[in-house]
Amino acid sequence: MHIIVPIKQVPQSSDVKMDPVTGTMIRSARSSVLNPLDLYALEAALHLKDEHGAQVTVVTMGPPSAVQILKEALSMGADRAVHLTDRLFGGGDTYATSYVLSRAIEKIGSFDLVITGERATDGDTAQVGPGIASWLDLALATYVSAIEEVADGHLIAERLIEEGYQRVRVSLPALLTVVKEIAIPRLPTLRGKKRAMGKEIETWDAEAIAADRTKIGLKGSPTRVVQIETPKVARSALIYHADGDEATVQACDHLLDFLQERNLLAEVHHG
Amino acid sequence: MAEVWTIAEASGGTLKEVSFELLARGRSLADELGVPLASVVLTDEIEEAELQRLASYGADIIYAERDPRLAPFTVASHAAFLTALVTRHAPQIILAAATTSGRTLLPYLAVKLGCGLTADCTALAIEEGTGNLLQIRPAIGGNIMATIKSPDHRPQMATIRPRSTPLPSPDHARRATIIPIAVTDDFHDPVQVLSLRPFGDQSSSIENAAIVVSGGKGLKKRDNFTLIEDLAAALGGAVGASRDAVDRGWASYPHQVGLSGKTISPELYVAVGISGAIQHLAGIKTAKTIVAINRDSEANILALADIAIIGDLFAIIPVLLRRLEERRTIE
Repeated sequence: MHIIVPIKQVPQSSDVKMDPVTGTMIRSARSSVLNPLDLYALEAALHLKDEHGAQVTVVTMGPPSAVQILKEALSMGADRAVHLTDRLFGGGDTYATSYVLSRAIEKIGSFDLVITGERATDGDTAQVGPGIASWLDLALATYVSAIEEVADGHLIAERLIEEGYQRVRVSLPALLTVVKEIAIPRLPTLRGKKRAMGKEIETWDAEAIAADRTKIGLKGSPTRVVQIETPKVARSALIYHADGDEATVQACDHLLDFLQERNLLAEVHHG
Repeated sequence: MAEVWTIAEASGGTLKEVSFELLARGRSLADELGVPLASVVLTDEIEEAELQRLASYGADIIYAERDPRLAPFTVASHAAFLTALVTRHAPQIILAAATTSGRTLLPYLAVKLGCGLTADCTALAIEEGTGNLLQIRPAIGGNIMATIKSPDHRPQMATIRPRSTPLPSPDHARRATIIPIAVTDDFHDPVQVLSLRPFGDQSSSIENAAIVVSGGKGLKKRDNFTLIEDLAAALGGAVGASRDAVDRGWASYPHQVGLSGKTISPELYVAVGISGAIQHLAGIKTAKTIVAINRDSEANILALADIAIIGDLFAIIPVLLRRLEERRTIE
């Protein structure tokens, strides 16, 4: 079995600057990490590797500094790493990004599964995984919380949806986007880190993946960020101190009055 | 005139409320553009009277398809019907809900149609002069609001969070034309739904809840988490939890609020014993009213709170429950 895991480098905190001209994010390599939600995709792949034997390839699109997250993935146990980097890829929206990743996945070659995180914590769109599946016409199961069984030509998975856990049978090849519940990510080991140092990371540009220039980067992106505003987030809280019994009762009453005024005590479903 | 469309959601023959919320958004866009508003319903069984509820919330046209392959939702089947329908009618705008189905279908469809898509919009407007759809969404953990448009691609597509749109009162006299979709293509969906294991009581979805009561590290142990469940029940809300609480096993992952869990916009959010890490605050920034109950008067959560009680939560919550109960008894 061959599993491909697309991963993304994201800013460590959510305090990121935006380029006021292009409306794209300004990333600083110093504070960048592997998207925390991608760790679950990687763990799901490595778990299948442990159970069934599989080759795990990680792929990322990003600036030269993104090599860091590929090394991290290799030290956790991935077998192969591909870095897609080219100035032409810059400023791509989810349409252009999913196109580049789908071209790379096609070049990587025969695979059974693509596993992605639910979304990246910076863009927060959850659109790239389904986009890749659409470009490649793969079976798509999103919000996967468990992989129960992998058999010849299909797998059985559980999805976390609004109503509960939905069991699905998915034909392979498929793309799964996974949620946090799927696994507890392992930590890179010292031995893994040493092994990773000996591995070569392949670097591909737009030409290497035979990308259609009209579908990549800012130019290939249907969407444009036209304006950015920093909303005032601070609210000024009414503060009550619950020091002692009397003050506690008073504070609670103030809170209940406040909620009543805003009509928030009405929505109670009795029984 | 190119229409504005909304994608309705239905289950068990009943339309979900988010379908009407989308129509409320779509109606104002269609009026501004002077074009018809249509709603698309893809499901297995649904009565005509139920479909006409879409008209009472603003739809002029209802494209409906009843096909056993369309329920429960699977992306390839829905995309096949929609791609055919979009090609036939060329709408200028498509709005869908930011639910697990909408967030799966729309990005898949956007690639098939070669058009732009903006996730989780909180506001929509029509740009003066061009008629482009302006799509406004929080980005970078809610720290900025970005306005996005797709000037050169049609349809323009956006998803909108459930419960982020107030519902107008329905006009029951309104009627819409119902047009069957009738896609003849035979296709095989590579995903088959086998079964559903519904959540237990405690697990009502926090994404759709109007009220969410969350507990954090301040609860100290699993047993104490019942205080959160009791308060949620008393307020008629769902139970949420911080990442700390989920990592400690006090609540399961579907309850996790924050960037690594769920971003929510309830009417009321109550944070109990949650200090307010940036990633947690980013998940609740758009909540209408935020209440904090915390021991620490310097906690980050206070920057976002509308009202806060500072003190020992183990003393406060029981009193709060008692005073609430007394209030209700008097009524």
